[in-house]
Amino acid sequence: MTRPRRRRPLQQRVPLWFGIPAAAVFVFIIIVPSVQGIALSFTDWNGITDDFGFVGFENFIRIFRDPRAIAALQNTLVLALTVTVVQNLIGLLLALGVNGRVRSRHILRVVFFTPVVLTPLVAGYIWGYLLSPRGTVNQALEAIGLGFLKQTWLGDPRFALACVCVAIIWQFAGYSMVIYLAGLQAIPVEINEAAVLDGAGPVRRLISVTLPLINGAIVINLLLTLIGSLGQFDQVMAMTGGGPGNATQTISTSIFRIGFASGDYPYGIALAVVMTIFVAGAAAIQYRLTSRKVDF
Amino acid sequence: MHRYTWRTGTVEVLLIGAALLTLVPIVGLVNVAFKAPSNLSTALDFAGPYTLDNFATAWVDGMLGAALINSALITSISVALLVVFGSMVSYLISRRTAGWSKGAYTLFLAGLVIPGQLSLLPLYQTMVDVRLVGTLPGIILVNVGAGLPFTVFLFTTFLRDLPRDYEEAAMIDGAGPVRAFTTVVFPLLRPIVGTVVILNAIAIWNSFFVPLLYLAGTGLETVPVRLYGFVGQYTSNWPVIFAGLIITILPVLVVFFFLQRSVMQGFSGGVKG
Repeated sequence: MTRPRRRRPLQQRVPLWFGIPAAAVFVFIIIVPSVQGIALSFTDWNGITDDFGFVGFENFIRIFRDPRAIAALQNTLVLALTVTVVQNLIGLLLALGVNGRVRSRHILRVVFFTPVVLTPLVAGYIWGYLLSPRGTVNQALEAIGLGFLKQTWLGDPRFALACVCVAIIWQFAGYSMVIYLAGLQAIPVEINEAAVLDGAGPVRRLISVTLPLINGAIVINLLLTLIGSLGQFDQVMAMTGGGPGNATQTISTSIFRIGFASGDYPYGIALAVVMTIFVAGAAAIQYRLTSRKVDF
Repeated sequence: MHRYTWRTGTVEVLLIGAALLTLVPIVGLVNVAFKAPSNLSTALDFAGPYTLDNFATAWVDGMLGAALINSALITSISVALLVVFGSMVSYLISRRTAGWSKGAYTLFLAGLVIPGQLSLLPLYQTMVDVRLVGTLPGIILVNVGAGLPFTVFLFTTFLRDLPRDYEEAAMIDGAGPVRAFTTVVFPLLRPIVGTVVILNAIAIWNSFFVPLLYLAGTGLETVPVRLYGFVGQYTSNWPVIFAGLIITILPVLVVFFFLQRSVMQGFSGGVKG
């Protein structure tokens, strides 16, 4: 009997070529064009020829002198913050509700989650119809005697952005709900029972026990909602196409309009860089928040 | 503690109210889609006459049959490649401990927060140069690239917690690493493969921005892109538009209702890591 020769630990023998297909696609589709994007935002590239010059921060300065671009930045921030706050509040309330002892909780979870799987474009069209001048919302207002509140919702710059927010929240509140629900279900029952024995009421238990224990779900939910809504494109295209005027133009719809319709590539890319900074900022804040974990 | 109190009853009533409100747009969608052209009643008015003609019109004029086939083809191939490429690279990342392995993982995770808008225009130009715009391989490549960061994250987290005993036993029995992966490790990945498939399939089926850029105007238009053109053509004929919308979302809804629990778990569990 010969002793087996010494080999590297078994799992260390996974061959390197296992990584090649994924790495090749990832580098080609994400890494290279992202780096190119950052580089090209400092040039006057026309999208076709290879001779382009370095123009420094000119594209970025143009953004802050362009009322349409500023409107898009403002709309994106307002939309992202509104959706993040409201969707998470609703998602949390729904999760607390369907986590309880209500008898219909299983069917309720399915109902609240159903809009999440719909095509966002389709959700946008449905709400576009509901909010049209002779649509269901106005008719419902009339039916309950509030006809004086009727509006041309999507045609009015005062309401259009809020209406887009409503459609997005309707669609994705169920997504926030399932993440909060997973967090709530991970809390051991004894902890709440102990709090009850200590005389804590429902509100007190929510603030002092439940919320700290689902800290992880809260942070992940906030980040997902924020990143998702900073890139918002589909519902806007379906509901308003960015109008009326520029009232619902977002960064994504502007990139589409500038980059593809008018062919001003470096300017469109500079807008994308600004958006990347927003997203990176949100991710950095999230990272800071998760480092303060609560354990039990 | 476990009794059904008046407080639970109040919560239940409120929740059912919220559920009905959530369903109003969907009920309206279905109701309008069946209305005959002479029927000018509103979305929540259930007086007839009803017809199936809108579905026929949407199907034929919208060329939705072809679009459904395109969507099914693009979604299934993209998801299959994501599962294969993603599980392989994650196996490598989770089993090798060298510094480059951690670096590669960090780079994939960075892909989670780099918005697609940043790479959009340069990538589009490159794809024009290599003649992949408007082709099946082109859109599939973009889908796979975009889906990889989250897929690698899911597979790697799962593989790191997976006991190594089985694959070691297989290797001691003489299986090479490739055989150990295909016959031992991959079958153990089943639960996470389910999550990866569900999340990617729904995202790719529903995606609009990327296929709009790469496929609009070609014969390969996916359902959302086709719908976008279709709605432009039928601007105020809501019954036909809504019939088209229903045809579009029906496949996803059917899958969801059969796999509710796994779908909801996929969406919530996918981000727990």
